[in-house]
Amino acid sequence: MRNIASPKRKLLLAVAAAVLYAASVAGTPAKAAGEQTIETQKWSFSGPFGMFDRGQLQRGFKVYKEVCAACHGLRLLRFRNLGEPGGPEFSSAAVKALAAEAEVQDGPDDEGEMFTRPGRPSDAFVSPFANKNAARAANNGAYPPDLSVMAKARARGPDYIYSLMAGYKETPDDLELAEGMSYNTAFPGHQIAMAAPLDDDAVEYTDGTAPTLENYSKDISAFLMWAAEPKLEERHKLGFRFMIYLIILAGLLYLVKRRVWAGLKH
Amino acid sequence: MAHASSYRPNTAIGKWFDVRLPVMRMMHDQFNDFPTPRNLNYLWTFGGILTFFLVVQLATGIVLAMHYIPHESMAFDSVEKIMRDVNWGWLLRYMHANGGSMFFLAVYIHIARGMYYGSYKAPREILWVIGVFIFLAMMATAFMGYSLVWGQMSFWAVTVITNLFSSLDSIVDGLGTAVVQWIWGGFSVGGPTLTRLFSLHYLLPFIITGLVILHIWALHVPGSNNPTGIDIKSKSDAIPFHPYYTFKDAYALCLFVILFMGLVFYAPNFLAHPDNYIQANPLQTPPHIVPEWYFLPFYAILRAIPDKLFGVIAFAGSIGLLAFLPWLDTSKVKSTRYRPIYKWFFALFIINTLVLGYLGAKPAEGMYLLFARIGTAFYFAHLLVVMPVVGWFEKPSAMPGSITDDVLGKGSGGGRPSAATASPGRR
Repeated sequence: MRNIASPKRKLLLAVAAAVLYAASVAGTPAKAAGEQTIETQKWSFSGPFGMFDRGQLQRGFKVYKEVCAACHGLRLLRFRNLGEPGGPEFSSAAVKALAAEAEVQDGPDDEGEMFTRPGRPSDAFVSPFANKNAARAANNGAYPPDLSVMAKARARGPDYIYSLMAGYKETPDDLELAEGMSYNTAFPGHQIAMAAPLDDDAVEYTDGTAPTLENYSKDISAFLMWAAEPKLEERHKLGFRFMIYLIILAGLLYLVKRRVWAGLKH
Repeated sequence: MAHASSYRPNTAIGKWFDVRLPVMRMMHDQFNDFPTPRNLNYLWTFGGILTFFLVVQLATGIVLAMHYIPHESMAFDSVEKIMRDVNWGWLLRYMHANGGSMFFLAVYIHIARGMYYGSYKAPREILWVIGVFIFLAMMATAFMGYSLVWGQMSFWAVTVITNLFSSLDSIVDGLGTAVVQWIWGGFSVGGPTLTRLFSLHYLLPFIITGLVILHIWALHVPGSNNPTGIDIKSKSDAIPFHPYYTFKDAYALCLFVILFMGLVFYAPNFLAHPDNYIQANPLQTPPHIVPEWYFLPFYAILRAIPDKLFGVIAFAGSIGLLAFLPWLDTSKVKSTRYRPIYKWFFALFIINTLVLGYLGAKPAEGMYLLFARIGTAFYFAHLLVVMPVVGWFEKPSAMPGSITDDVLGKGSGGGRPSAATASPGRR
């Protein structure tokens, strides 16, 4: 037994240590200037069995559409995504109606002219500005970034977005804000070009959810997480089946290996 | 390992092939009946695991390349399109990204195992040197693959690493700049750089495949080393590769795949940097440019040296020196098991490398930089001083007479195989 049990345990320890090490190294993002206050939230989609909350995604989409969309694009999303499984799952009639609200540029037509038409479910979301310069010109020189993968582009994405939305606090007396900037405890450096976008009662909720800043912040964060990872539910569902299969296979392989080695002293 | 072929073709077609192209004979002799030490532990399963990951990376990568667009303004979005609109695209892309990490995790364990058990020592020097070349090709491939995402970290990593060649300016004025512009295909990292990185990222894995075939060939001449470092002396020291090690390897591989797929399904971006989900922007430098985790120890060494040219030399040397281990190590015994002094140095070397990795992720300033310099000095001291000197004066501890003695305890003879040792493959 000496030659099997102890090296095996040592090896397991070594592998575990290597994994933990890789994790610790990868999990230490560089700290930016200005301590960020990021509050950890409970999300329905976290954990191996996590799924999105349909109602929350639908409310989050409403917040995006009525508030964020004025400045921020979602260029990687298409209207059809809103009706696909694992997302807000709007009905196909609702998706068509939502798409039709958008003015999509198309063409050239037979005369060689570009024209606009109502959007179709296969169209991508239309960004609010024609290009970066137009966006900067309309926003005091600051560029409102596209939000398609924002929830993955920040460390602890959904928690960060939540904290940013809820992070507009009273400016401390000893801090002099630059022209047009707002104080935000979640933003690196605490000075953000975006004025507080949300407040209580900013968006009407029709499903009985309280129209508070807290709820808006959570809902928009969840919606943007879905926008960044539209296949999250599919991934978690397939992962569960895959893991069951692999664990059974590992058990069987272990038994076969033991059986094969049984006749040999080792 | 040279051994008499036990292949007997039974069918007419088998016989026909055997006198023309004896592939089946080779497969049988090398992967079925191949004599393998009976005492290999689970650290010896990583060669098979690495082969598996090479295949995973090739298979997923070839499909990804069908959908990826190597263009500076379209690359980033095309990756996201793969994740959203290609059937199983999210799975392929996350497998490829995390597969790279797993490949490196496995190769580091594989290299550390080789170093601990002296697997580079005669007659396995060429095997080891080919391995170092594979490692180098892997690093180049991973670096180029990471650049293709064309996020902020991709872009700035390419800028930093290609700029290393500008250090040649301090040897011949203008040479470095010329080389860097030649690599970029322009005056900054841009579209031409991306297309050539894509082309080379597709080419190198096939070169790795060729090197891996040579690596396995060079392994099969002397055969596997083992935890005692003692050669196979009698029949009872060896068992056929199949079924013993095929099943042991399959079981270990399955456990490793559980770790791999666990990451893919439940934490696919855990090992990645969030900044790489921001599209590359040549006008905005990220506050800290950090490479992927598997490059961190070498990145720490690069930054620890104050002079740019010598930093690059140390960076290249920290990997290149590994190729000379067979000649730097003067020990008479292979396995560190029987090396009471070197054992501690080896543990320190591993810890030091891990610490260097931690420091590579931190900004190069203050205490971090100081420790990185100490770590760098220690890294080179281990390879250039400890290995030759300790091997020279160290007295090895008592060793078993043979592999069989080690497994069954002393006095078991080791001459005749017990009934059970006979190949169960031949029924």
